[in-house]
Amino acid sequence: MTSKLTISKAINAGLRAAMEHDPKVLVMGEDVGRLGGVFRVTDGLHKDFGADRVIDTPLAESGIVGTAIGMALRGYRPVVEIQFDGFFFPATNQTFTQLAKMRRRSAGKLSVPLVIRIPYGGGIGAVEHHSESPEAYFTHTPGLRVMTIANPEDAYWGIQQAIRSEDPVIFLEPKRRYYEKAEVDTGTAFDDALSMGAARIARPGTDATLLAYGPMIKTALQAAEADTDHSLEVIDLRSLAPVDYPTIVESVKRTGRLVLTHEATLTGGPGAEIAARVTEECFYHLESPVIRVTAFDTPYPQSRLEEHYLPDLDRVLDGVDRAFAY
Amino acid sequence: MSDTTAHEEPELIQLLTPEGELTGHPDYPLEISADEVRALYRDLVLVRRVDSEAVSLQRQGELGLWASLLGQEAAQIGSARALTDRDMAFPSYREHGVAWCRGIEPEELLGMFRGVTNGGWDPHEHGLHLYTIVIGSQALHATGYAMGIQRDGAVGEDGSAVIAYFGDGATSQGDTNEAFNFAAVDNAPVVFFCQNNQWAISEPQGRQSRAPIYRRAAGYGFPGMRVDGNDVLACLAVTRAALTNAREGNGPTLVEAFTYRMGAHTTNDDPSRYRASAELDEWKAKDPILRVRRYLENNGLADDAFFASVDEEAERIGEQVRTQCRALPDPEPLEIFDEVYAEPNVHIDQQRSEFAEYLASFEGAGAEGGR
Ligand SMILES: Cc1ncc(C[n+]2csc(CCOP(=O)(O)OP(=O)(O)O)c2C)c(N)n1
Ligand SMILES: [Mg+2]
Repeated sequence: MTSKLTISKAINAGLRAAMEHDPKVLVMGEDVGRLGGVFRVTDGLHKDFGADRVIDTPLAESGIVGTAIGMALRGYRPVVEIQFDGFFFPATNQTFTQLAKMRRRSAGKLSVPLVIRIPYGGGIGAVEHHSESPEAYFTHTPGLRVMTIANPEDAYWGIQQAIRSEDPVIFLEPKRRYYEKAEVDTGTAFDDALSMGAARIARPGTDATLLAYGPMIKTALQAAEADTDHSLEVIDLRSLAPVDYPTIVESVKRTGRLVLTHEATLTGGPGAEIAARVTEECFYHLESPVIRVTAFDTPYPQSRLEEHYLPDLDRVLDGVDRAFAY
Repeated sequence: MSDTTAHEEPELIQLLTPEGELTGHPDYPLEISADEVRALYRDLVLVRRVDSEAVSLQRQGELGLWASLLGQEAAQIGSARALTDRDMAFPSYREHGVAWCRGIEPEELLGMFRGVTNGGWDPHEHGLHLYTIVIGSQALHATGYAMGIQRDGAVGEDGSAVIAYFGDGATSQGDTNEAFNFAAVDNAPVVFFCQNNQWAISEPQGRQSRAPIYRRAAGYGFPGMRVDGNDVLACLAVTRAALTNAREGNGPTLVEAFTYRMGAHTTNDDPSRYRASAELDEWKAKDPILRVRRYLENNGLADDAFFASVDEEAERIGEQVRTQCRALPDPEPLEIFDEVYAEPNVHIDQQRSEFAEYLASFEGAGAEGGR
């Protein structure tokens, strides 16, 4: 059964499927109950699964993640919603000192199969703290898996993979793309064999590899379409930790050029690590240095400036041009 | 589970009834002239007008968002009119009435919601810190500021105090509770002013606190009380007493202003998804402006000409807000790089000049050049 779903609805359907499959799965966060979340991602779940499984929590992110850890230790699989990227930060202690280290410090006796869903990224004209791209904090923390999605299909299956994972997963949802629609096959059964860490070649090409994830996939595909001089291969990273290097390295060895783009800031961003690694593994195949097209190293600006701050089609194409200038 | 204290009916401090009868309160005597009540009435009407204009501007696409103070005018005007120029206030994001009292021009407020600035005014000049969106953070800043006042020896006669504004939802945050405790152990000159408007977006107050909020203060070791947040005189009298106490070196107080968010959480929100409209009707009967008007009318303290002049002024301000909002200029792109650090910074400088070059590459290129 395929249906045309938005990313928001597809995550909703994925959550519903996971809750039907496993009674231990529960959802918690601010306004996730009756309201269905500020982006309506949990719409209808409270009505259908009840207040014990869909918990409107007090307004406290440290409390949300901390109690979710406790529930996971008791055998539940909580899916926590952080309302906006900028409001994750009160939960940093629980996430970084407790969640990420629990398996290792218990010598594998404790599992914390917890998913933290976070709408992230800019481009929605919001006030401060509603447009952050905090992914590098998570990818820098051993013990966490970090996933993101760029289309309804990956939203539907990705959230289910994240929930079934025994490891804690940070699940980043590109909020400016929540309402983009595509066909999703919700009729097929969950496939355990699907690798949740795999990158995806979103568009094959031969002249340069354009690597993106989450909200920037749409822009990257537009760039590939717009660049009539070169054949660009677009890779959708999907998993930010761990990174699927074999797929990237294979592509870059073929194309000889890598352009990376993300909304996160440049310095110490996910692109920096990938650039270093690709340089190590593809040194003799590279025709140009790895080019990064990212946000600037400044706080996210007031919304009237965000179109300049976020890497857009022109800036991605400019990055591609720079790669071909070598 | 038994919890007797939670079931005792909390006392609501009220000086002016919804019907406009001035009853006063033995613990909070308030000497107030007719002029002063008329001035409060004017404040209430004007901030409501600024607020409703901002809601319309958002609907017209001139603002990205607006968080309405509708219903909370008395809590904000009453408490903020108790402040002196030596005091400092730390607001959340809904304190437009407080900003009004601290001399912030309406268009300075709108800038943040239009997206042309992330701040808008000079906090030192106005004794009003910037709006804080990350819930609860400012309660700690207020407390630290108060600890500074204490260390400056600025408590006692002619002392200074701090007021921290936050909502019922914010009382769940660790930061807020840590602020209570820091203030208590240092006996800092800070008043915690919680506007309990019954809702934190879609979550009713009962999801944030089982016991009445003001009772938390007792556990931390300082006084707390619940005041009728729709009674501007009660808010003024109680906050004044709490601030005086703080300035004189007697430490913190928690004031819970019991009020109601009559509008949506913000212009993005649809309250019909989670609350009954009957609740709103109930609170409309306790409207903060209506009761002051009734009091003035019933006691012959204001005539039709007065009310007409306030309404006229409100119209003028509405129009001024409209015009000024539309005239707010967009910032220049290179402003992205300003004020990130005090010292010159090599990363920022390099990125600024690269971006300037990039922008220049479009100039004169016309439609074909810029893709
Ligand atoms: C740390 C944090 N988490 C979540 C949010 C999103 N959010 C904005 S306002 C709000 C509800 C606040 O309720 P309350 O404290 O009662 O203040 P009110 O909006 O009612 O004035 C929430 C959850 C936020 N701004 N900051
Ligand atoms: Mg509230």
